[in-house]
Amino acid sequence: MTATHDDGTTARARGEGPGTPGFLSRLMPRGAVWLAAPAVLVLVAVLAYPLAIVVWRSVSDPALGVDNYVWFFRSAVNRTVLLRTFTVSAWVTLACLVCAYPYAYAMTIVGRNLRLVLILCVLVPFWLSGVVRTLAWVILLQDSGVINSILRGIGLPPVKLIRTLPGVVIGMTQVLLPFMILPIYAVMKGIDNRLLQAARSLGAKPWKAFLQIYVPLSLPGVYAGAIIVFILSLGFYITPALLGGPRSILLSSLVQNQVLSLLNWGRGGAMGVVLLVATFLLLAIAAPLMRQKHSAARREA
Amino acid sequence: MHDPKAATGAAIDISKACKRYGRFTALKDIDLHIRPGEFMTLLGPSGSGKTTTLNLIAGFTDITSGTLEIGGKSVTGLPSHKRNIGVVFQHYALFPHMTVGKNVAYPLTLRGLKGEERDRRVRRALDMVKMADFAHRYPSELSGGQQQRVALARALVFDPPLLLMDEPLGALDKKLREWLQLEIKRIHRELGTTFVYVTHDQEEALVLSDRIAVFNGGRIEQIGTGRELYDRPATLFVGRFIGESTVLRGKTQVCGDQTVMTLGEETITANARLAGGAQPVMLVRPERAVLKRPGAEVLAGENRLTGNVVEAIYLGSGSKYEVRLADGTTAIVRSPLGAADFAIGDAAEVAFASQDIILLPDDASADVTLT
Repeated sequence: MTATHDDGTTARARGEGPGTPGFLSRLMPRGAVWLAAPAVLVLVAVLAYPLAIVVWRSVSDPALGVDNYVWFFRSAVNRTVLLRTFTVSAWVTLACLVCAYPYAYAMTIVGRNLRLVLILCVLVPFWLSGVVRTLAWVILLQDSGVINSILRGIGLPPVKLIRTLPGVVIGMTQVLLPFMILPIYAVMKGIDNRLLQAARSLGAKPWKAFLQIYVPLSLPGVYAGAIIVFILSLGFYITPALLGGPRSILLSSLVQNQVLSLLNWGRGGAMGVVLLVATFLLLAIAAPLMRQKHSAARREA
Repeated sequence: MHDPKAATGAAIDISKACKRYGRFTALKDIDLHIRPGEFMTLLGPSGSGKTTTLNLIAGFTDITSGTLEIGGKSVTGLPSHKRNIGVVFQHYALFPHMTVGKNVAYPLTLRGLKGEERDRRVRRALDMVKMADFAHRYPSELSGGQQQRVALARALVFDPPLLLMDEPLGALDKKLREWLQLEIKRIHRELGTTFVYVTHDQEEALVLSDRIAVFNGGRIEQIGTGRELYDRPATLFVGRFIGESTVLRGKTQVCGDQTVMTLGEETITANARLAGGAQPVMLVRPERAVLKRPGAEVLAGENRLTGNVVEAIYLGSGSKYEVRLADGTTAIVRSPLGAADFAIGDAAEVAFASQDIILLPDDASADVTLT
């Protein structure tokens, strides 16, 4: 982009001489832009190019046209799965928020050592592969697993968790929790706690001060975390595939089925594009929410 | 903010108050009685206990022992949101997600005020601090001085009988600070609310206060008007903290009602004596001393110390000189406009009358805490 702002005079100032053709110098972006070059190359090679192929195949395979999209929205199964994917993502986002908000708040008020422990508890699961963590959940959730053994031990009836939607939500919540905790913590850390003291001096009960001052100031972190978790949930594959059953299939499994089992790239591509467009729509709706009129929770040194 | 005459301030009575944090004692036996409607400044260096005292009154911390009464009622154990006290913080503490108008309306909303009545009082409070045009701005769009004026309006909008201010002008530049000091003084006069003001700036304390309590090391050294503290400091610490002074130490002898101090080959006589057996030091205010050429006529009752001018500062309203005396002490002299000029290196005599010497018990800790 910067290339368009460049002109011949800066090219000459850089000592490229009068011989440099004008159009070449116009393509020379200013220095720092090159720092982004490796990332741009990778993104073009492994994201933009395959994505273009997926989009192209969805409208050209097996024949040119929107047949794949018509098929997708005509099929009741597909519509159910699409709706279920959004519902599960919403539940996962909510569950993550409920767990993450108090956790992140605790991180801001405890002492240094305890905070370190709390941060490690968030980060260590990151260092484990998602597959390993999901398999751990299989052990915990299965019919003869840890949870049901405990329930049986205290005389309660067993609960069906594995291969059900609640099981999927539990597993996904655990895997995605850090993506909710970290943005919320980052915002909370910047909130001046002395504002609560000020609110109390003006006559606010402690819980009112928290709800009316602290919570609104922490919302940017909540929005950021919610969007990340929701979008990651929409395309989540491993955990729902391992913890879910036939009645809890999500869109990612359908895509996998179309592309790898049925070798139907067109239909799989169409599903992917539907998910992508839905995600963009969601972001467009969420964007005004995230725009803050004030610079939130700025704290002076 | 109703009828100014109807507004009355609350009295504060603190007796034998102590505050300990674990093993650290922040306040030792504080006795402080503030009259209704008074402007009281708590002055002292950082860590002297002045902010702790303010926090006790505000209810942000509890006293370890002693009593604290506001308006004649004990407030021990009463949480800050039930004390009905306005507080202004050094860091403004405006709510960044609310407009100026919403910030000022917040304490009214908490008290159940709505609609027209609330809007009227918000407008009045903002008018008082001359910020009425900014009601729809966010705090981040305001300068520090503007933010602090809004904070002042917010702390006063609910007519508290008592306003606490914790170094409210500490983060502002000098010109703005001086202007806001006068604004605060004007508002205090208009409202009749009791103001308790914390600062480490003695000039600010002198400009604003009816009375000043000087804190040092968790104790109150002296309470009095600015004039009392300046002219008759009770301790060496107060004498050194309020205004500038020359501190003279030497061998002393009491002769009748006078005290004679020997500094090298020179002697000075003060028209006072200390009760008890404390070792006295002599304090001379810079404007009580006069700089003279060596050999000038000696007046009756005048003391003289010879030295050399080591610093000459032109202040516009006069000049300030620092004179290195024979025993190594630095004397400070302030000359009015039109007095003889001295240059650095000139030999000079510092002259001052015997009755202008302030005699105080020596206290080595006063020197340490000032740094």
